[in-house]
Amino acid sequence: MAKQRVIVIGGGLAGLSATMELAMRGIDVDLVSLTPVKRSHSVCAQGGINSVNDQTRLLGDNEWKHFDDTVYGGDFLQHQPPVNEMTEWAPRIIDLMDRLGVTFNRTVEGFMDHRRFGGTLFKRTAFAGATTGQQLLYALDEQVRRWEAEGKVTKHEFWEFLAPVIDDDGVCRGCVIQDLVTMQFRALRGDAVVLATGGCGLVFGRSTMSMVCTGGAVSRAFQAGAKYANAEFIQVHPTAIPGADKLRLMSESARGEGGRVWVPRKGQDPRNPNEIPEAERYYFLEERYPEYGNLVPRDIATREIFNVCVYEGLSVEPNRQCVYLDLTHIPAEELDRKLGGILSIYEKFQGVDPRFTPMKIFPAVHYSMGGLWADYERSASGGLEIGSPRNQVTNIPGLYAIGECDYQYHGGNRLGANSLLSCIFSGLIVAPGIENLLKSSDAGSAEDQSESLYEQGIAAERARQDALTKRPAGGGNPYEIHQQLGDVMTKAATVVRHNKDLEAAYQTVSDLTEQAATCSLSDTGNWTNQNLAFTKSLQDMFPLAKTILKGALQRDECRGAHFKPEFAMPGIECEDPAEQRREAEVWCDQFEKKNQRWLKSTVAELDDAGEPQLTYEEVDTSLIPPRPRLYGLVGAEMIEEVWKERATKAEKSAGATSS
Amino acid sequence: MSDQGHGSESFEMRILRQDGPGKRSYWQRHRIAHEPEMNVISVLQRIASQARTVDGEAVAPVAWESNCLEEVCGACTMLINGRTRQACSALVDNLLTDQAGEIELRPMSKFPVIRDLVVDRSRLFRSLTRVKAWIPVDTYQDMGPGPRQAQSAQERMYPLSECMSCGCCVEACPQYTKIELPSRTGEDNAEKTTRENQKFDTAFLGPHAISQAMLFNDNPTGKMTAGPRLDALTAEGGIQICGNAQNCVAVCPKEIPLTTSIARAGRATTFHVLKNFFDR
Repeated sequence: MAKQRVIVIGGGLAGLSATMELAMRGIDVDLVSLTPVKRSHSVCAQGGINSVNDQTRLLGDNEWKHFDDTVYGGDFLQHQPPVNEMTEWAPRIIDLMDRLGVTFNRTVEGFMDHRRFGGTLFKRTAFAGATTGQQLLYALDEQVRRWEAEGKVTKHEFWEFLAPVIDDDGVCRGCVIQDLVTMQFRALRGDAVVLATGGCGLVFGRSTMSMVCTGGAVSRAFQAGAKYANAEFIQVHPTAIPGADKLRLMSESARGEGGRVWVPRKGQDPRNPNEIPEAERYYFLEERYPEYGNLVPRDIATREIFNVCVYEGLSVEPNRQCVYLDLTHIPAEELDRKLGGILSIYEKFQGVDPRFTPMKIFPAVHYSMGGLWADYERSASGGLEIGSPRNQVTNIPGLYAIGECDYQYHGGNRLGANSLLSCIFSGLIVAPGIENLLKSSDAGSAEDQSESLYEQGIAAERARQDALTKRPAGGGNPYEIHQQLGDVMTKAATVVRHNKDLEAAYQTVSDLTEQAATCSLSDTGNWTNQNLAFTKSLQDMFPLAKTILKGALQRDECRGAHFKPEFAMPGIECEDPAEQRREAEVWCDQFEKKNQRWLKSTVAELDDAGEPQLTYEEVDTSLIPPRPRLYGLVGAEMIEEVWKERATKAEKSAGATSS
Repeated sequence: MSDQGHGSESFEMRILRQDGPGKRSYWQRHRIAHEPEMNVISVLQRIASQARTVDGEAVAPVAWESNCLEEVCGACTMLINGRTRQACSALVDNLLTDQAGEIELRPMSKFPVIRDLVVDRSRLFRSLTRVKAWIPVDTYQDMGPGPRQAQSAQERMYPLSECMSCGCCVEACPQYTKIELPSRTGEDNAEKTTRENQKFDTAFLGPHAISQAMLFNDNPTGKMTAGPRLDALTAEGGIQICGNAQNCVAVCPKEIPLTTSIARAGRATTFHVLKNFFDR
């Protein structure tokens, strides 16, 4: 029998965990990455990784509650079985990472230490200083290096994924890649191709994402017929450090360790923040959300910071939007121990010591909840059927998506410290499914495919490249077009969205698409041509940008990170209990109607003209019935009461029917 | 930006360029308009967007390597005003305060230049393979948690595990010398890698790899397989090459106690060699 191989694209947490698990199962892997895998974007994750743990169990926590927090935080837009399975695995994943040598912080007794993150009341987050993503990535990088030394893994670093190779039956049989040093093309044969290529932050120009997060690989799969889901759900992280080249993340762990967000009650108060007395400070998150305080879910924190600056005029600085994130009340040595890594980033890039002066921060694009549509097989118990080749497969057989580039785990909004978990989890579970795919008799082998299939793939990429390098000078400048794209996307499709802005942005992006199609290269050579690679990635941003805008435009509601004030459902203000109750009933009616219409995943496909066409897919919410997200809403108690009555009634009637 | 003390609205970049391996290098100057909060990356981004020399000649943009831009990935190491460091955390205003009017960029000198500021650092990673810098677990199946660990042990290991393989330490190390093998015609990547690895495997490991070996030998599970790592440290190109110049620790952007690791490795290997001798 021909030797079977699997190709993994991307060497972050998801790609590396898939690679090591496949290798452990005896499968040969080609690992393709734009950078040495140790430099992947996962290094930027700071705060930690969530799981139920022995300490939270003592307080009544369990896997189901982690599951519940995740789907509630995500506004119920996730299919529940995969999330259920993930939270079930979470404690085991932490144990595995511990065994792989991750230097998690410890308690005095030598147990793993935990901190609290947003959207939960439990301290579920294990951490390694403030560089948890880096530490987890390194542990996986080390395991993959071990398999590389044993000959199970072949790395292709500084190679870029250009296109999947799809046979006449629509099955993915490999991919075309390009060496970014020599610019040579190559087709890899593979019996499965796993995309683990992360988010698409660069579509928004500057974000907290790394330079490789162009979304290029995902877009190329999308253009080859893969479906893309929930594109409009983009997480804007509440706290980032504004910068000329990048918006650097300031981890949620800063708030998890007690950091407080505030603005002076008087806008643009010129005093040194340390000299502003308590009474003249507005701790707006603590005042508006007494239960969660500074640790409300990210979409809410982001919106509040945005509102305070943009609509209430309380920005700290006159010419730039920002609020204070204050750690100065915490002893410096405790900060060094728990947050050293991120505080030194702030100090290095801003020249100010955050242990003694409050930091200035503002929201920035941070995470793509949406991504390639991926399948799963539900188990009888409401989790995943581990070992099913359907898990994580896109609509193209043989083409898989894991990590940030799938749409599966975070719904409308991702909770902090759940991303590292979903990346490692999806990487680990994709492997047994692929193993079974390779074993199944009808799968065939990529080795048996004709050479011409791969030659055609290369020829198409060569033609695309020639068209670019042979274009005359004088066309648009790809870097300037990118900046314009970033500006229009950031303005129209981040924190607050309005239909008329989204429509206008779609038109602008369409115009930019044309400009990008005819732009000129300043380097037409055939050696380490970064100008060429960037321009291809830029062109591939447009299908994603359009899908984000169209998804946002059509979705006339508020859900998770997607916020349209025109369709917001404000709380109930009246005092009279009877009236309040009546209004709560109306509110709940409205909520039910909204869910009927919009509790659906957006699924996009590109038509022949390259325009996204959207359909809507039912969400499996069979395990935890959707309920209103009521963080901080006025009149929440009454709405909750009414909602609970309805839920009980629904349960009873369901029980009566089934008995 | 007169308040920054260098009093100019633009400044010059002096960049050592090289079009490819084995080609002659040459200096080129670019004039950059000053903007607030610039770092060397944003300067290179400006050059990528509008590559013109001070003489107005349109040139191919400068090639460089970068990724995270927050000094945790290690990609953008280069020589900035002669010092090995990351371009992302090199702030223009600080550089111009130290040396007014001009900033100089050169590629790292201990690695083969691929193009301009991009160098081939695969030898850094090969050293990690040589010292078996991993925990050889039996399985990835669920086996419960790892051993409990004292806070003090975590606090010793964590700084070592922050090493991002950026290469600053080896750039500054007098004992680490450049290995550059010209490509042979008709040779593919895999063949070249094999040939390079043979060379790398007898050359100096470098401080980063010695420190990583100690990290894994400190780990409660890694300890059980300390022997092979110590063997690697005492093989050709091992710790005996270190001349104790202590440059490595001075330039490490993460302030990793590399010389402490090296000293500990020295003691551990001495003990290991003696033990092997008497156990024969």
